[in-house]
Amino acid sequence: MSNKKNNFKFPKIVQTPDRFRNPIGKYTIRRNARCISCGLCAELCPHGVHPRYDNYSKPLRPLDYKCIGFKCKENDFFCIDRCPEQALTLRRNPILDTLGDYRWTADMLIGHWEMAETGNLPVVDLEYNLGNSGGGFDKIRFKTPKPVDYLDLSDEDMDTSVNLNKRCDGRPEKIISIPCYGGGMSYGSTALSVMVARAHAATQLNTLTCTGEGGYPQELLPYAEHVITQIATGLFGVKEETILYTPMVEFKYAQGAKPGLGGHLLGDKVTPEVAAMRETIVGNALFSPFPFHSVYSVEDHKKHVDWVKEINPKVLVSVKVSTPTDVDMVAVGSYYAGAHVVHLDGSYGGTGAAPDIAKKNIAMPIEYAIPKVHKFLEDEGVREKVCLIASGGIRNAMDVAKAIALGADGVVIGTAELIALECVRCGHCESGRGCARGIATTDPELGVMIAQDWATQRIVNMYMAWRKQWCEILRQYGLKSIKELVGRSDLLVHLDYLDEEERSKYQPAPQAELII
Amino acid sequence: MPKKYHIPIKTAEPRYNPIGKYATVEFREDCAGSCKECVKKKCVFGIFGDNYKHFSTMSEPEYLYTCMSCFRCVQECTKGIFSRVINPEYRTLGDDYWKPDTINRLWYQAHTGKVPVSGAGYRGPFVAAGFDSMWTDMSEIVRPTRDGIHGREYISTCFEISRRATPLKFNADMSLASDVPPILELPIPLMFQLPDTLILNEQILLSAAKAARILGTLMLIRPQDHKVLSPYADHLIPCLTCENYMDYKELILKSRAVELADAPDIDKTITEIRAIKPDSFIIIGIPMDATAASRALELSYAHVDTLHFYADEHGKELNTEHPIFLKEMIREIHLKLVDNFVRQKINLVFSGGIAMAEHMAKSIICGADGVIVDIGLLVALECRLCYQCRNGLPCPAKIDHQIDPEWGSQRIVNLIGAWHNQLIEVMGAMGIREVRRLRGEVGRSMWFEDLEMESFGPIFGKRKIAGIK
Repeated sequence: MSNKKNNFKFPKIVQTPDRFRNPIGKYTIRRNARCISCGLCAELCPHGVHPRYDNYSKPLRPLDYKCIGFKCKENDFFCIDRCPEQALTLRRNPILDTLGDYRWTADMLIGHWEMAETGNLPVVDLEYNLGNSGGGFDKIRFKTPKPVDYLDLSDEDMDTSVNLNKRCDGRPEKIISIPCYGGGMSYGSTALSVMVARAHAATQLNTLTCTGEGGYPQELLPYAEHVITQIATGLFGVKEETILYTPMVEFKYAQGAKPGLGGHLLGDKVTPEVAAMRETIVGNALFSPFPFHSVYSVEDHKKHVDWVKEINPKVLVSVKVSTPTDVDMVAVGSYYAGAHVVHLDGSYGGTGAAPDIAKKNIAMPIEYAIPKVHKFLEDEGVREKVCLIASGGIRNAMDVAKAIALGADGVVIGTAELIALECVRCGHCESGRGCARGIATTDPELGVMIAQDWATQRIVNMYMAWRKQWCEILRQYGLKSIKELVGRSDLLVHLDYLDEEERSKYQPAPQAELII
Repeated sequence: MPKKYHIPIKTAEPRYNPIGKYATVEFREDCAGSCKECVKKKCVFGIFGDNYKHFSTMSEPEYLYTCMSCFRCVQECTKGIFSRVINPEYRTLGDDYWKPDTINRLWYQAHTGKVPVSGAGYRGPFVAAGFDSMWTDMSEIVRPTRDGIHGREYISTCFEISRRATPLKFNADMSLASDVPPILELPIPLMFQLPDTLILNEQILLSAAKAARILGTLMLIRPQDHKVLSPYADHLIPCLTCENYMDYKELILKSRAVELADAPDIDKTITEIRAIKPDSFIIIGIPMDATAASRALELSYAHVDTLHFYADEHGKELNTEHPIFLKEMIREIHLKLVDNFVRQKINLVFSGGIAMAEHMAKSIICGADGVIVDIGLLVALECRLCYQCRNGLPCPAKIDHQIDPEWGSQRIVNLIGAWHNQLIEVMGAMGIREVRRLRGEVGRSMWFEDLEMESFGPIFGKRKIAGIK
């Protein structure tokens, strides 16, 4: 069903600038003392790098994060060459060496900040589609499309929706307009404004977000049709009413970043509000033990699913599991227990806090799990009756498309939404007062750094930019709907599986030795 | 209730500020000077201390060993004078195998005894050589204990370095007919051996030996070091050779176990050591080279308890131009013994390249009974692996000066305490209750080559690039 038929209109893009005084860009421009403040650079630059006000003639610090870098040299407005006093210098920003990591490179972070600001694909030469990890999505490419296949359709005519209920079991269909929904981040692990902004953005985009395991703040009620209630092993904040509010309940068996270890909210984050929501004691660390102590088998699991279905006759059920060797068996078991959505969370996924040994070593990356489960469900003859959702290390629009081509119906996004809010992936979400940038914290000072409307728009903008990429991929392969892309692994190549000559036709995998 | 194994962790502050990853760069010419909004004063983590007062009192560049990398100073400075670089000194830590990040994390564990925990997802390469090309498995349902985090003390990490009686025989009245050899069980699957290619002095030896005693494990030592370590004799294993063992007859009598360097006529020496002390546990030290597996098989028929294979500092095979990594060598040796039905008789321990807790777990999955920690012990004592000592230069961390063994042992205890907890984490996730059951249990692991073939093979065909690039 296309979005047109749904009468759903995607939200407007609104410019939503960085909230800090000095945004980080790929390039730096420095102005030295030779500058005579002639104003030529301000006149020339179409990207607004050199601000100048009519009633103020002194030179201002360049807004260098807007600079498109050395590729500008071919333009006649290249400020570095045109400056009559040679007062400007352009360099790659040295801070990039300290930003990002193998999976989220500096380019990918900055690219997503730009998307969240503008709602468009970056104009700066940033590699925001590929990381530096040297495997998985970073070595998978879409095949070179045939020009004859190209569909000349506008983005409005492309369908990027996903139906989460394929069981035809009398429960309502749930169609989300983009092939993504938000991952669970609990009340307590992120600032309330962030949590509500994610729900608001999900509402605007006609998709979903998830409470995580921390209860259901009343502030989410206006967006209840777009909020998944998560039931995890600690059962924090789970009440009959929160199951009644929601269109979908998510049973969290495991989390990709720490499979088999359960959840852990450090005592510092258990503020009076968090404690009240979770019905616990202020300042005490909270554990969600692994696993559900009442589940030893698929039959036990089915009891849980039935229990939820009995409480809310309209609710859909998602089962979130991580990616052990037998993930295919787990997935099919979940289906037979009555799940509408089987959600696989791969090992390189995000977390508020997890032992480093678990993040790196336990369970398989999602790239391996998707085709394995997709094929197994096909062989079992149930693939068309279950919605397969993937998450854990899906970073950008191209990763989403690759995951779908490998066999997922859609994906769950967590980290990228936080990147849109200017997360720098410092990894200190869990320490002391929490995130110094006000995203993953309940600290009374830091937790109010983010304005809800600003955050909503940044998330909307990022997804709108992503949608442009998905539409372009679909057009290139003559597909009108993202549903037609599901399982189309014939459209993919992996660089390590190509002959050298064939490999040279594709963009090489970025390779740089990083200090992490 | 049986006594539970407990590691007494206690914060042991570093003597020197650890080498931090970052350094700030300030373009001071643009500074407003004594700015009331100075971001250094506002740092959420307070890392600048008194260093915001005036740049003339500040050492440049400023090495931020506690910087949490939030970028707020960079992004909020009213004049935009801040930038940041990787501390050049940080880059010089260690080498290709012992990477700066590894060393930094070892320091953290030795300092706090805590498992390194962080937010956000995994940050490293998808796959890399060595131990980084395998993942441990987990179970969605099966758990070693049903009470989650509070039941971990019931996960056993004991291993033996004594040989096994296989199988037991019984008399008609069900009394035991077999001779049961003595048992030497250690509560954690690791032992110590300080490397003699870096700084090795009395204080370091005392620190490690004391830690071995606290932890209930053993330390392999040079025989000449025994005198200074005599208070810890019960936890020492002298490393002898076929040439010198008679000179250390007294040591053999005093020690629970001895290690003997492999040699062609070692059987005779084993017999003679058994004559000196019949209940001595004998370990044979073997270089991990191309003959290691066949030598292991030969020695499995000898009257010894444990085989100890020495890889190089980076976990590589010795004496070859194209060395194989520890992981593959363990598989080869373990499987050779399995194929010949002798694996149950003998224990295998490996040293060289054990740099992280996960290496211990993965070595055991590959087929080791336990591992030997070597360079990691020195890193716990703040060694930077700058290797200056090998060139006769002074140690920047002053490890060659007086180290308080109290402090040193606590640092090592903390490190091993953190490793022990991490071992339990991965075992808990795997649903395995005993480390002995993890040995050779590759079914509880996933390997890069297998996953590629299984998941990507049907889609992309044959892999054209060998190995990991």
